[in-house]
Amino acid sequence: MTATTDQTATAATSAKLSPYKRFTPTRGNFELWSWVFMRASGILLLVLVFGHLFVNLMLGEGIHAIDFAFVAGKWSSPFWQVWDMLMLWLGMLHGFNGVRTIINDYTEREGTRWVLKTLLVVATVFTIVLGTLVIFTFDPCIDPNSTLSVCTK
Amino acid sequence: MAQAATAPKGGGTLYRGREGMWSWVAHRISGLLLFLFLFAHVLDTALVRVSPEAYNQVMEAYKNPVVGLGEAGLVAAVIFHALNGLRIIAVDFWSKGPKFQKQMFWGVVIGFVVLFVPFAIRHLTNVFTH
Repeated sequence: MTATTDQTATAATSAKLSPYKRFTPTRGNFELWSWVFMRASGILLLVLVFGHLFVNLMLGEGIHAIDFAFVAGKWSSPFWQVWDMLMLWLGMLHGFNGVRTIINDYTEREGTRWVLKTLLVVATVFTIVLGTLVIFTFDPCIDPNSTLSVCTK
Repeated sequence: MAQAATAPKGGGTLYRGREGMWSWVAHRISGLLLFLFLFAHVLDTALVRVSPEAYNQVMEAYKNPVVGLGEAGLVAAVIFHALNGLRIIAVDFWSKGPKFQKQMFWGVVIGFVVLFVPFAIRHLTNVFTH
């Protein structure tokens, strides 16, 4: 009797699934890829953010040097535009994923979870779009007193 | 039974209250803090697209000891989150990672001091001597 039940169950299972895939994935591998992304983006961000902090806060005048001319000097170079864009995208997506995990951990009601995640998605998309537009539509020569070589030609 | 109730101090298989849990708590708090800061940082930097004057005005407003200390706190959060992130990667991918997670936590603490102290001296000197 038991043997028959087991056989039926096994047959029913093997018809659809291999022994190593014990459940039918309904959400794809999203959580696996988000786990991989956190580690990969984390390592890239370590380099990008430490470089950003070192150049902006340790070199030269440090925090006192930061003004429009400082930003213009950096963003007149494609190198820093791409650096900052990568930092923005990876940082926002890494943070998005982290906060998503926190929301999943602490919210108890489906409604609260939905509201918080909607806010999170809206804020993330807004910040990525705004930041990207700012980096690439920026005009370093808008300041008439600029002494940058790209502006004095 | 009594031993189980007081186990966090004695160790055993409980991780609560020790390096494993506190690094996890600190990772969450520092990560959330950095994410919230990133919104503010993108918004204030976006002022370069409004006008040089608008951006400079806000940057000048930031240049005071209170914000300067806040900046040092943010850099502390970045350094801890980065180093503990490497520890998490080692726990996940290195076969001996879980075994040495406590030692690696103290490695994170040492690395934090080594990176943060020179930064704090440099940055706070800038903040308090202008």
